[in-house]
Formats: sequence, structure tokens, C-alpha cells
Amino acid sequence: MKLSAYRIATNQLRTTRILSVKTESPTVKTFTFKDKVCARAKPGQFLMLWIPGVDEIPLSVLDANEDGAVSVAVKKVGEATQALQNKKVGEIIGLRGPFGNSFTLKRGRILMVGGGTGIAPLLFLTKKLASKAPRLVFVIGAKTKEELLFIDKLEEVRSKGNLVATTEDGSYGVKCLATTPLESLLAKERFDMIYTCGPEQMMRKVLDLTEKHEIALEASLERLMRCAIGLCGSCVVGKYRVCRDGPVFTASQLKEVKSEFGILKRNFDGRKILLE
Amino acid sequence: MLASGILGCSAETLKSIVKGGTGAVVTKSVGIKPREGYANPTIVQTNCGLINAMGLPNPGIDEFVKEIREAKTALNVPLIVSVYGFAAEEYAKVTKKAINAGADAVELNVSCPHVKETGSEIGQNPKILTEVVEKVKAVIDKPVFVKLSPNVTSIAEIADAAVKAGADAITAINTVKAMAIDTETTMPILSNKIGGLSGSAIKPIAVRCVYEICEQVKVPIIGCGGVTNWRDAVEFLLAGASAVQIGTAVALKGPNVFKAVNQGIDAYLKRKGFGSVDEIVGLSHRN
Repeated sequence: MKLSAYRIATNQLRTTRILSVKTESPTVKTFTFKDKVCARAKPGQFLMLWIPGVDEIPLSVLDANEDGAVSVAVKKVGEATQALQNKKVGEIIGLRGPFGNSFTLKRGRILMVGGGTGIAPLLFLTKKLASKAPRLVFVIGAKTKEELLFIDKLEEVRSKGNLVATTEDGSYGVKCLATTPLESLLAKERFDMIYTCGPEQMMRKVLDLTEKHEIALEASLERLMRCAIGLCGSCVVGKYRVCRDGPVFTASQLKEVKSEFGILKRNFDGRKILLE
Repeated sequence: MLASGILGCSAETLKSIVKGGTGAVVTKSVGIKPREGYANPTIVQTNCGLINAMGLPNPGIDEFVKEIREAKTALNVPLIVSVYGFAAEEYAKVTKKAINAGADAVELNVSCPHVKETGSEIGQNPKILTEVVEKVKAVIDKPVFVKLSPNVTSIAEIADAAVKAGADAITAINTVKAMAIDTETTMPILSNKIGGLSGSAIKPIAVRCVYEICEQVKVPIIGCGGVTNWRDAVEFLLAGASAVQIGTAVALKGPNVFKAVNQGIDAYLKRKGFGSVDEIVGLSHRN
């Protein structure tokens, strides 16, 4: 608890300049900047990025290096992300964080299931795990080939045989949802841990499968965030605050919030609404 | 007890706060209609506390009654619903619905520093405040607390008006009007520019307010503002508060801050030879 008090008192908004911008897909750009505090982020943690005069949004850390460079992947989903994507190298942004817990670094046979920009924290996790895991299988999915992110980077980490790519329109890899290959994969191979991040309905399906096959699971959730320090209640899922108790949750925690996980979220006025 | 605005929007989160040892909970402020609140940034972490301008996001009372009913069955401590409105009639309507759904009391938010035409704009004007309290008292029999703003010339006068209009208790204080500007972009950080400061920085202001109110009115006072440990709580009791609320410190220390404060007060009473909390309420006024 002392640590959290320290973290909050010392985690004030600071500004930094954008060092580089890379276009990853028609809707996703990666931004890199220097920040000593966020450079200590662990896989799964998020930061709050201030777009001055526009908004402040939660973003999962894509990469954090000892030299202080931090990257985030930003998908165009609304006004704030559009404004951020318009920013050029050298422009100022604000940062708070890193916040939340992180994925545990499990040694063993690992399966990663990532959808859309959900691949970002898994890629970061893979970098930390690659040397420890005797086996690492990646299942990734997106709507189209163009939106299948970081596929080049994943192939760097592991040989192609361990990577299953899916697209909804069949423009790359197998034409199906990311969850489709899991059933047969889990039937023929035993994994010690599944890490997942992506659309919540996808993660809900993964949870149901892990229950059936009795495999440990950690899933990273996304919710509307305001304070990011566990006070305002904007991001609650059942009894859990995604910003403080999460964003990474275990299968047993997710089972406790089954009436909401993969089904509902809270909107700006706090009412529960169905996930899109 | 838990101060308003902290995780008070769902029965389940209130349940985890109660596990931390709070003696009562106050919900997030609720109004007659749903409200989305302001765009981010809605909070600034400073080295002396938090500045927030959430903008009163809430699902509206008609939706919120579900949470009140669920909280009432799930919680074994009194449930106080915080109510805001843009007119006296709105306060009365929301209060009635909240009490009918099972609330044990209401706390009128007449002190939010960052939303126009409600909050402190009501709590700074004794005439309007009187009308609000009277209209609310007319529709219910349960206790009505009035939470006051420190952003006034004389908080004692305002408290006096609230009590004369029928307030059963005074909560003091809400956040102190504040602002933060980023030096690099030269821009105000909060999207609303102005917000309310909470946390340790405002404790001395809150203690002074409680002390002044205690000199003026006879109803119980609930101290609020920067309570982080037992010593802070005792300070409020000595100033004249019969109870204290904790908000910001829940972020710093987690829900168990309530247990720690309660244990600390008990140890203090024992060490000083007091039989109960009642014996120290307002004690500083005798010295």
C-alpha cells in the first residue's frame, strides 16, 4: 500500500515530445516518446496520454525500454484518437502512469490470443517471456489483412510455425475469428497459461474454453477511464476497478463478473450498456 | 464514512468499501436526468492533493434506484444518497425517489465547485439554499444532511441557514476551487479548466470550517476534507465533528484506511482516558 501512495503522489502529469510516428495499418499508428517513469512499465500496464486541449485517454504500453523510450499503438476510434493521430514528431503530449497491474511472467507452455490492437500488450509480454517459455504459440485475429498488426514483429520473436493468423474476411491466414482455431489447438496440446487481449466478446469465448480445458488464464480488459487511480468508479466491472485491480484479470476473477464480462460496459453517465 | 464521489456509483463497489471498515457510505451525487460529465482530463494529481472536475456524471435517479435497492440489501451499514439538482424541485424529486428505494438518509450536494447553476451556486446563497432544504424536508421523514462548500465568505452563516431550514446535519467541506496549468503547453490541464482540490492540502481549511460551524449550530457536523489517518480524524472530532468522511485517501491507502482510522481513534481514546468519541466532540472549543 505504501508503494501505491508513492506512485500516486509522484505520478503527476508531465509532458514530453513525440519522437517517432509509424503507420501500422490504415487505422493504427505507433507513437514513441521518452518518459523515465513509463519506461519502467511492465507488460499489461497502461498509461494516460493527454492530448492537450482535446482529451486524455488510456493506452496500453506496447514497448518500454531501459533507455527511456516508450511506445503505444493508437487506433482511430473517435475524436481524441483522431487528434492524436494527426500529431507529428516533435509535438507535445502529456503522460500519467504507468497504472494498473501487469501480466505474470509464467514459465511454461504459453498460448497468446490477441485481437486487433489487443496484440500490443501481448507483443510486449512476448519480449519479456520469449527467453523463459519453452513453447510459445500465438493466435492473432483482425478484420482484414491490413489490420493484422505487428505480424512482422511476431515472426521475429518466434518461427512461423507457432503463429496462427486469422482474418474475418479471409484476406490473410485462416478465414475465421481468432477463437475458432483454439478449440482444436487446445484439444491436441496442453498449455500452462493463456494470455489474451482484444475484443471482450473474444476474450469471453477464451474464458469459456479455458474453463472447459482447465487452463490458467490472464486477460487484459479495457473500460472507460477517468481518474485511473481507483477513485471515480468509471471503469468498474462488477466489484473490480479495471484501472486499479486490473487491467489484467485471472480466470477466477472473471468468473465472478460473468454477468458483465464480454456483455456489458458502463458508459459516460455510468449506465450499463451492451458491448458493441 | 465514505465521502461522496468515491466509487459510489455501484452497489458492488460500495460493498468492497464496506469491507474496509467504513461505518456508512455516501453515494456519488445523482440528479434527475443522466449526465455524462466532462471530457478528460477530469483529474490532476498534484504534490499536495487531487484536483477533479468530473462534471457530476451519473445515470440519473430512475436508473440509480436499482443500485440503491441492491446496495440496501447487500450492505449492513447506513446508505446515504448524495443528491444534486438545478432547482429546489429537482432536489426534492430525486430525494423522494432515493428514500423510496431504501436510502437511510440523503446528503444534499450544494457545493460542487465546477458545474454551473447547481452545487456551490446554491450553497453560496442562503435564500436558495433555504428553499432547497425546505422543499426536500417537506417530502421525506429521513435525515437530510447538507454538504457545504468552503468557497464562501462565511460558512457558519450558510450552515445556520441550512439548519434553520431543517437540515439534520451538516457535512463540511466539499472540495476547494482550484486549477492547474501545464507550463510546457501553457494550457489549463482540466478540460473544465477549474476543479475542486481534495486531499491533505485542504484539511486545515476543513478543520477551520468545522470549528466555525460548531460555534454556530447545534446539529451534528460530519467532517470531510483530507482525512488520511486517525490523527486527522481526531482533529475533526475535536473541532466539533461527530463523524468524519474519507474520500481521496481511499486512493492512497485503499479501503482499509477506514479500519486503520477507527483503530487509531480507539487507541487514542484509551490512551487519553476517554470513555467514548462523544467526549471529545468539540473538545477544542473549551480550550
